[in-house]
Amino acid sequence: MDPATSAGTGRSCPVRRLLLLLGPALFLILLLFGGGLLLGLFQALGYPPLSAGSTSGLGHFQQVLGDADFPRSLGLTLYIAGTSTVVAALLSLVLALALVNWAARSRLIHFLLQIPLAVPHLVIAISLLLILSPSGLLSRLGSALGLVGSPAAFPLLVNDPFGVAILATYIWKEIPFITFMLLAVLKNIGSELAEVGATLKASRRQRFLHITLPIIAPSLGAASLIVFAYAFGAFEVPYLLGQTYPLTLPVWAYKSYSDIDLLSRPEGIAISLLITGTVLLAVLLAELLLHSSRRREGGR
Amino acid sequence: MRRRLLLTAVLVGAILPFLPLLLWSFAERWFYPALFPEGWGLRAWSYLVDTAGRQIIDGLVASFTLALATTALSLLLGIPAGRALGLYDFAGKRLLSLLLLLPIIVPPLAVAMGLHRWFLQLGLAETFFGVVLIHLSVCLPYTIFVLQGVFRDYNPDFEAQARSLGAGPLAVFWRVTLPLTLPGIAVAALFSFLLSWSQYLSTLIIGGGRTLTLPILLFALIDSGDRPVAAAVSLLFVLPALLALLAGAQALGRGNIEGVR
Repeated sequence: MDPATSAGTGRSCPVRRLLLLLGPALFLILLLFGGGLLLGLFQALGYPPLSAGSTSGLGHFQQVLGDADFPRSLGLTLYIAGTSTVVAALLSLVLALALVNWAARSRLIHFLLQIPLAVPHLVIAISLLLILSPSGLLSRLGSALGLVGSPAAFPLLVNDPFGVAILATYIWKEIPFITFMLLAVLKNIGSELAEVGATLKASRRQRFLHITLPIIAPSLGAASLIVFAYAFGAFEVPYLLGQTYPLTLPVWAYKSYSDIDLLSRPEGIAISLLITGTVLLAVLLAELLLHSSRRREGGR
Repeated sequence: MRRRLLLTAVLVGAILPFLPLLLWSFAERWFYPALFPEGWGLRAWSYLVDTAGRQIIDGLVASFTLALATTALSLLLGIPAGRALGLYDFAGKRLLSLLLLLPIIVPPLAVAMGLHRWFLQLGLAETFFGVVLIHLSVCLPYTIFVLQGVFRDYNPDFEAQARSLGAGPLAVFWRVTLPLTLPGIAVAALFSFLLSWSQYLSTLIIGGGRTLTLPILLFALIDSGDRPVAAAVSLLFVLPALLALLAGAQALGRGNIEGVR
């Protein structure tokens, strides 16, 4: 996952001291994270001491997976996470390449790019609600220009089927994150390789495809994975800006979990575990992809 | 020319979302289709200090104390762990760092739901400490991630020198380790603080609607439809992040919160 950890530091440490250093953090994370997932699994499986209902075994999972809404919810969630990740990654790539020689020196650019990183998703979602809603700033601007007659005539950009406002929130938040990850790599490779490519008469396009892209690909992939996983499992933004039907998986999970009917609680947990499973699967796939590409490089 | 265009694009992009929040927070009357508020005033801002039993101020205090307690515990546990992962080689390190960092990628939803019932039985649900624990499950892995990088660039030979000059373990920590790693620790603390500050769902699940932090109040305000007050609280909510950014830009030359989520 982190290429830097595989490079040794050359220092060793007695096991007892290591345990003392790592033990408390490891214990707490295992207890909270591992314990939380495990207890969730027990409840979703209807393990008797923890469950209120009569369903046990895979019943709750079957109920969720068999629900007619499940494919629609999964599709919507994948669409939102996938689209926002791809668009943010492409824009970040362009931005990072445009900024690479300049960003190292410009404190202003650095400062500006950090603003979206520091601002919580919720605030951006509220701001986009004020901009994109039928009576929002964009609609008022359209009205001032004579393009929009009334709020009802303004295209639906909030709580809409395409999740425009949700996508905009994620893309605005994630562009600086991916850009910084790319800039960190681009700064280190310098211009020598590109110059070598140029003396070998490689075109701009060839230099990008065969020199720059392979070098930044692991970082681009890792950043995209983190962004995808976040958007796939986040609640606030689709809850605020999404449609009432279909719901994204996290919103559906919380709605079931907080339902007055306590019997739908295990179902909410089952959905949240399916989200967790999907993200873990994506991490595993990314690891395998990275390994196989490394092996290919090594065999060349 | 191209450079100026790029700078303008980044500038507008970064600042634009604050414009509607600022306009709405000072708007008294603003009906469709007016492009700008027809009446300006401080009603929304004065609401923050004197209405609803000081609810907003209490939310600010709740958010702040939660984030502070979470950050203190994150550092207490994260500094030793980051040191072990960043400084030393040992068997199983790759697996261990994957395990410690996995919670960064995996959404906290399932963890909060799974723990809720157990916390109820332990009497931790709807308590300050219970919410700190659930925030910690998100913040501690991040803190370790940052600190592991900090200690990778750290040279422990200075500690050996201090010891050979007769410094005890505490003196070594206060006078050698801490000053040398302080910028990195400050970044880790900021990470943890902002992450706890922006938690919504985990607070709601474990706090059970009792722990009224700013994001929880903000959601209620959106539902109530009072746009000026929601905008003012939103601005209050981003204030620590912006202050930290400014302070970071001052102190570090180039700020270093790259990677905050």
